Amino acid sequence: MPDLGKYAGDVLMAYGATFVLLAALIWRSLARSTKIKRQLKEAEARRNG
Amino acid sequence: MSFNMNSIWEWANPRKFMRWTDKALPVVAVLAAVVFVAGLVWGFFFTPDDYRQGATVKIFYIHVPAAMMAINIWAMMLVTSLIWIVRRHHVSVLAAKSAASIGMTMTLIALITGAVWGKPMWGTYWEWDPRLTSFLILFLFYVGYMALWEAVENPDTAADLTSVLCLVGSVFAILSRYAVLFWNQGLHQGASLSMDAEENVADVYWYPALVCIAGFVLLFIALVLLRTRTEIRARRLHAIELRERAENA
Repeated sequence: MPDLGKYAGDVLMAYGATFVLLAALIWRSLARSTKIKRQLKEAEARRNG
Repeated sequence: MSFNMNSIWEWANPRKFMRWTDKALPVVAVLAAVVFVAGLVWGFFFTPDDYRQGATVKIFYIHVPAAMMAINIWAMMLVTSLIWIVRRHHVSVLAAKSAASIGMTMTLIALITGAVWGKPMWGTYWEWDPRLTSFLILFLFYVGYMALWEAVENPDTAADLTSVLCLVGSVFAILSRYAVLFWNQGLHQGASLSMDAEENVADVYWYPALVCIAGFVLLFIALVLLRTRTEIRARRLHAIELRERAENA
Protein backbone atom coordinates (compact mmCIF):
# COMPACT_ATOMS: atom_id res chain seq x y z
CA MET A 1 0.00 0.00 0.00
CA PRO A 2 1.55 3.35 -0.98
CA ASP A 3 1.82 6.10 1.61
CA LEU A 4 -1.06 8.44 0.77
CA GLY A 5 -0.25 10.83 3.62
CA LYS A 6 -2.93 13.29 4.68
CA TYR A 7 -4.97 12.57 1.54
CA ALA A 8 -5.47 8.86 2.29
CA GLY A 9 -9.15 9.35 3.18
CA ASP A 10 -9.92 11.31 -0.01
CA VAL A 11 -8.11 8.89 -2.35
CA LEU A 12 -9.59 5.76 -0.75
CA MET A 13 -13.07 7.30 -0.73
CA ALA A 14 -12.82 8.06 -4.48
CA TYR A 15 -11.60 4.54 -5.33
CA GLY A 16 -14.12 2.93 -2.94
CA ALA A 17 -17.08 4.80 -4.46
CA THR A 18 -15.90 3.89 -7.97
CA PHE A 19 -15.58 0.18 -7.15
CA VAL A 20 -18.98 0.08 -5.43
CA LEU A 21 -20.72 1.78 -8.38
CA LEU A 22 -18.99 -0.37 -11.01
CA ALA A 23 -19.65 -3.57 -9.02
CA ALA A 24 -23.35 -2.64 -8.75
CA LEU A 25 -23.50 -1.94 -12.50
CA ILE A 26 -21.83 -5.27 -13.39
CA TRP A 27 -23.97 -7.21 -10.90
CA ARG A 28 -27.22 -5.66 -12.19
CA SER A 29 -26.22 -6.34 -15.82
CA LEU A 30 -25.44 -10.00 -15.08
CA ALA A 31 -28.52 -10.52 -12.90
CA ARG A 32 -30.89 -9.09 -15.55
CA SER A 33 -29.18 -11.10 -18.29
CA THR A 34 -29.65 -14.34 -16.32
CA LYS A 35 -33.29 -13.52 -15.47
CA ILE A 36 -34.31 -12.61 -19.05
CA LYS A 37 -32.45 -15.62 -20.50
CA ARG A 38 -34.36 -17.95 -18.14
CA GLN A 39 -37.74 -16.28 -18.82
CA LEU A 40 -37.18 -16.47 -22.60
CA LYS A 41 -36.23 -20.14 -22.38
CA GLU A 42 -39.43 -20.86 -20.42
CA ALA A 43 -41.57 -18.86 -22.88
CA GLU A 44 -40.03 -20.65 -25.89
CA ALA A 45 -40.55 -24.02 -24.18
CA ARG A 46 -44.23 -23.09 -23.59
CA ARG A 47 -44.68 -22.21 -27.27
CA ASN A 48 -42.90 -25.29 -28.56
CA GLY A 49 -44.29 -27.67 -26.00
CA MET B 1 -11.02 -3.56 -52.34
CA SER B 2 -14.54 -2.16 -52.38
CA PHE B 3 -16.38 -1.25 -49.21
CA ASN B 4 -19.90 -2.57 -48.98
CA MET B 5 -22.16 -0.51 -46.65
CA ASN B 6 -24.70 -3.34 -46.53
CA SER B 7 -22.23 -5.53 -44.65
CA ILE B 8 -22.40 -3.15 -41.66
CA TRP B 9 -26.17 -3.61 -41.35
CA GLU B 10 -25.75 -7.35 -41.74
CA TRP B 11 -23.52 -7.44 -38.62
CA ALA B 12 -26.24 -5.64 -36.70
CA ASN B 13 -28.94 -8.07 -37.75
CA PRO B 14 -30.28 -9.41 -34.39
CA ARG B 15 -29.55 -13.08 -35.17
CA LYS B 16 -26.09 -12.34 -36.53
CA PHE B 17 -25.41 -9.92 -33.65
CA MET B 18 -26.27 -12.64 -31.12
CA ARG B 19 -24.01 -15.11 -32.93
CA TRP B 20 -20.89 -12.96 -33.18
CA THR B 21 -21.25 -11.38 -29.72
CA ASP B 22 -21.59 -14.87 -28.20
CA LYS B 23 -17.99 -15.46 -29.28
CA ALA B 24 -16.67 -11.90 -28.81
CA LEU B 25 -18.14 -11.11 -25.38
CA PRO B 26 -16.00 -13.52 -23.26
CA VAL B 27 -12.83 -12.32 -25.01
CA VAL B 28 -13.69 -8.62 -24.51
CA ALA B 29 -14.73 -9.24 -20.88
CA VAL B 30 -11.43 -10.96 -19.99
CA LEU B 31 -9.43 -8.29 -21.84
CA ALA B 32 -11.39 -5.54 -20.05
CA ALA B 33 -10.73 -7.10 -16.62
CA VAL B 34 -6.99 -7.49 -17.32
CA VAL B 35 -6.45 -3.98 -18.76
CA PHE B 36 -8.69 -2.30 -16.17
CA VAL B 37 -6.91 -3.91 -13.21
CA ALA B 38 -3.44 -3.39 -14.77
CA GLY B 39 -4.11 0.32 -15.36
CA LEU B 40 -5.42 0.98 -11.86
CA VAL B 41 -2.66 -1.06 -10.16
CA TRP B 42 -0.03 0.85 -12.19
CA GLY B 43 -1.61 4.21 -11.42
CA PHE B 44 -2.33 3.56 -7.75
CA PHE B 45 0.79 1.66 -6.65
CA PHE B 46 3.55 2.61 -9.05
CA THR B 47 3.29 6.32 -9.77
CA PRO B 48 4.79 9.12 -7.65
CA ASP B 49 2.81 11.81 -5.83
CA ASP B 50 2.44 15.14 -7.60
CA TYR B 51 4.55 17.95 -6.13
CA ARG B 52 1.44 20.16 -5.70
CA GLN B 53 -1.48 17.74 -5.43
CA GLY B 54 0.26 15.07 -3.38
CA ALA B 55 -1.40 11.63 -3.38
CA THR B 56 -4.72 13.04 -4.67
CA VAL B 57 -3.22 12.79 -8.16
CA LYS B 58 -4.13 9.07 -7.98
CA ILE B 59 -7.81 10.05 -8.31
CA PHE B 60 -6.87 11.14 -11.85
CA TYR B 61 -6.82 7.47 -12.99
CA ILE B 62 -10.51 7.01 -12.29
CA HIS B 63 -11.85 10.54 -12.62
CA VAL B 64 -10.53 11.34 -16.11
CA PRO B 65 -11.47 8.00 -17.79
CA ALA B 66 -14.94 8.09 -16.18
CA ALA B 67 -15.51 11.69 -17.33
CA MET B 68 -14.33 10.85 -20.86
CA MET B 69 -16.65 7.84 -20.96
CA ALA B 70 -19.60 9.88 -19.65
CA ILE B 71 -19.39 12.21 -22.66
CA ASN B 72 -18.40 9.64 -25.28
CA ILE B 73 -21.13 7.17 -24.26
CA TRP B 74 -23.69 9.92 -24.91
CA ALA B 75 -22.03 10.50 -28.31
CA MET B 76 -22.36 6.76 -29.04
CA MET B 77 -26.03 6.93 -28.00
CA LEU B 78 -26.50 9.91 -30.32
CA VAL B 79 -25.13 7.96 -33.31
CA THR B 80 -27.16 4.83 -32.56
CA SER B 81 -30.32 6.90 -31.93
CA LEU B 82 -29.83 8.66 -35.29
CA ILE B 83 -29.49 5.25 -36.95
CA TRP B 84 -32.81 4.29 -35.34
CA ILE B 85 -34.49 7.49 -36.53
CA VAL B 86 -33.18 7.15 -40.09
CA ARG B 87 -33.11 3.36 -40.60
CA ARG B 88 -35.46 1.98 -37.89
CA HIS B 89 -32.73 -0.44 -36.88
CA HIS B 90 -33.77 -2.16 -33.65
CA VAL B 91 -30.34 -3.33 -32.49
CA SER B 92 -28.95 0.20 -32.73
CA VAL B 93 -31.60 1.71 -30.45
CA LEU B 94 -31.30 -1.22 -28.04
CA ALA B 95 -27.55 -0.55 -27.91
CA ALA B 96 -28.35 3.09 -27.01
CA LYS B 97 -30.74 1.92 -24.28
CA SER B 98 -28.10 -0.52 -22.98
CA ALA B 99 -25.41 2.17 -22.91
CA ALA B 100 -27.48 4.65 -20.88
CA SER B 101 -27.07 3.11 -17.43
CA ILE B 102 -23.34 2.62 -18.07
CA GLY B 103 -23.08 6.29 -19.07
CA MET B 104 -25.08 7.36 -16.01
CA THR B 105 -22.76 5.35 -13.74
CA MET B 106 -19.67 6.89 -15.40
CA THR B 107 -21.12 10.40 -14.97
CA LEU B 108 -21.85 9.68 -11.31
CA ILE B 109 -18.30 8.36 -10.80
CA ALA B 110 -16.90 11.51 -12.46
CA LEU B 111 -19.07 13.74 -10.24
CA ILE B 112 -18.25 11.90 -6.99
CA THR B 113 -14.51 11.51 -7.61
CA GLY B 114 -14.39 15.13 -8.82
CA ALA B 115 -16.07 16.31 -5.60
CA VAL B 116 -13.74 14.19 -3.44
CA TRP B 117 -10.74 15.55 -5.36
CA GLY B 118 -12.09 19.10 -5.29
CA LYS B 119 -12.32 19.31 -1.49
CA PRO B 120 -8.57 19.17 -0.75
CA MET B 121 -7.58 21.03 -3.95
CA TRP B 122 -10.23 23.77 -4.21
CA GLY B 123 -11.50 23.75 -0.63
CA THR B 124 -15.01 22.72 -1.68
CA TYR B 125 -16.85 19.59 -2.79
CA TRP B 126 -19.04 21.51 -5.20
CA GLU B 127 -19.04 24.79 -7.08
CA TRP B 128 -21.48 25.96 -9.76
CA ASP B 129 -18.61 25.89 -12.21
CA PRO B 130 -19.48 25.50 -15.93
CA ARG B 131 -17.99 22.03 -16.31
CA LEU B 132 -19.37 20.70 -13.01
CA THR B 133 -22.81 22.12 -13.72
CA SER B 134 -22.94 20.80 -17.29
CA PHE B 135 -21.91 17.37 -15.97
CA LEU B 136 -24.70 17.46 -13.41
CA ILE B 137 -27.17 18.30 -16.21
CA LEU B 138 -25.72 15.47 -18.33
CA PHE B 139 -26.32 13.11 -15.37
CA LEU B 140 -29.94 14.29 -15.17
CA PHE B 141 -30.33 13.70 -18.91
CA TYR B 142 -29.11 10.12 -18.46
CA VAL B 143 -31.64 9.60 -15.65
CA GLY B 144 -34.41 11.18 -17.77
CA TYR B 145 -33.51 9.04 -20.79
CA MET B 146 -33.70 5.84 -18.70
CA ALA B 147 -36.94 6.95 -17.01
CA LEU B 148 -38.52 7.62 -20.42
CA TRP B 149 -37.73 4.07 -21.58
CA GLU B 150 -39.46 2.74 -18.45
CA ALA B 151 -42.45 5.09 -18.74
CA VAL B 152 -43.55 4.22 -22.29
CA GLU B 153 -44.98 0.74 -22.81
CA ASN B 154 -44.75 0.50 -26.61
CA PRO B 155 -41.06 -0.21 -27.37
CA ASP B 156 -41.04 1.57 -30.75
CA THR B 157 -42.68 4.71 -29.31
CA ALA B 158 -40.20 4.60 -26.42
CA ALA B 159 -37.37 4.29 -28.95
CA ASP B 160 -38.66 7.34 -30.90
CA LEU B 161 -39.09 9.52 -27.82
CA THR B 162 -35.78 8.56 -26.21
CA SER B 163 -33.96 9.14 -29.51
CA VAL B 164 -35.32 12.69 -29.67
CA LEU B 165 -34.34 13.22 -26.02
CA CYS B 166 -30.86 11.96 -26.90
CA LEU B 167 -30.56 14.59 -29.65
CA VAL B 168 -31.54 17.35 -27.20
CA GLY B 169 -29.19 16.02 -24.50
CA SER B 170 -26.30 16.08 -26.96
CA VAL B 171 -26.13 19.85 -26.46
CA PHE B 172 -25.18 19.22 -22.82
CA ALA B 173 -22.74 16.45 -23.72
CA ILE B 174 -20.96 18.96 -25.98
CA LEU B 175 -21.20 21.65 -23.29
CA SER B 176 -19.69 19.22 -20.74
CA ARG B 177 -16.74 18.68 -23.06
CA TYR B 178 -16.14 22.31 -24.03
CA ALA B 179 -17.53 24.23 -21.03
CA VAL B 180 -14.07 25.17 -19.79
CA LEU B 181 -13.31 26.72 -23.19
CA PHE B 182 -16.64 28.57 -23.52
CA TRP B 183 -16.51 30.07 -20.01
CA ASN B 184 -13.15 30.38 -18.31
CA GLN B 185 -14.35 31.72 -14.96
CA GLY B 186 -14.73 28.24 -13.42
CA LEU B 187 -12.49 26.29 -11.06
CA HIS B 188 -12.07 23.30 -13.34
CA GLN B 189 -8.95 23.29 -15.52
CA GLY B 190 -8.88 22.48 -19.25
CA ALA B 191 -8.35 19.04 -20.77
CA SER B 192 -5.88 16.98 -18.71
CA LEU B 193 -4.97 14.70 -21.59
CA SER B 194 -4.16 15.87 -25.07
CA MET B 195 -2.32 14.54 -28.10
CA ASP B 196 -0.17 17.69 -27.93
CA ALA B 197 3.03 16.78 -26.03
CA GLU B 198 3.48 20.40 -24.91
CA GLU B 199 0.14 20.54 -23.09
CA ASN B 200 0.10 17.04 -21.72
CA VAL B 201 0.68 15.72 -18.20
CA ALA B 202 4.12 14.15 -17.50
CA ASP B 203 4.78 10.74 -19.06
CA VAL B 204 4.90 9.07 -15.64
CA TYR B 205 1.16 9.88 -15.27
CA TRP B 206 0.26 9.80 -18.99
CA TYR B 207 1.08 6.12 -19.73
CA PRO B 208 -0.86 4.56 -16.83
CA ALA B 209 -3.70 6.97 -17.61
CA LEU B 210 -3.81 5.65 -21.19
CA VAL B 211 -4.04 2.07 -19.88
CA CYS B 212 -6.84 3.10 -17.48
CA ILE B 213 -8.74 4.76 -20.34
CA ALA B 214 -8.34 1.59 -22.44
CA GLY B 215 -9.64 -0.42 -19.45
CA PHE B 216 -12.72 1.80 -19.08
CA VAL B 217 -13.39 1.62 -22.86
CA LEU B 218 -13.11 -2.19 -22.87
CA LEU B 219 -15.31 -2.44 -19.78
CA PHE B 220 -17.91 -0.31 -21.56
CA ILE B 221 -17.76 -2.48 -24.71
CA ALA B 222 -18.15 -5.69 -22.66
CA LEU B 223 -21.09 -4.29 -20.70
CA VAL B 224 -22.84 -2.78 -23.69
CA LEU B 225 -22.59 -6.08 -25.60
CA LEU B 226 -23.93 -8.02 -22.61
CA ARG B 227 -26.79 -5.56 -22.03
CA THR B 228 -27.69 -5.32 -25.73
CA ARG B 229 -27.92 -9.11 -25.92
CA THR B 230 -30.23 -8.97 -22.88
CA GLU B 231 -32.40 -6.30 -24.53
CA ILE B 232 -32.70 -8.36 -27.74
CA ARG B 233 -33.82 -11.35 -25.67
CA ALA B 234 -36.22 -9.14 -23.67
CA ARG B 235 -37.78 -7.89 -26.88
CA ARG B 236 -38.22 -11.46 -28.15
CA LEU B 237 -39.79 -12.39 -24.80
CA HIS B 238 -42.13 -9.39 -25.01
CA ALA B 239 -43.23 -10.48 -28.53
CA ILE B 240 -43.96 -14.04 -27.34
CA GLU B 241 -45.95 -12.74 -24.35
CA LEU B 242 -48.00 -10.42 -26.61
CA ARG B 243 -48.76 -13.31 -28.97
CA GLU B 244 -49.81 -15.52 -26.03
CA ARG B 245 -52.05 -12.77 -24.68
CA ALA B 246 -53.68 -12.31 -28.10
CA GLU B 247 -54.26 -16.06 -28.43
CA ASN B 248 -55.78 -16.30 -24.94
CA ALA B 249 -58.06 -13.28 -25.42
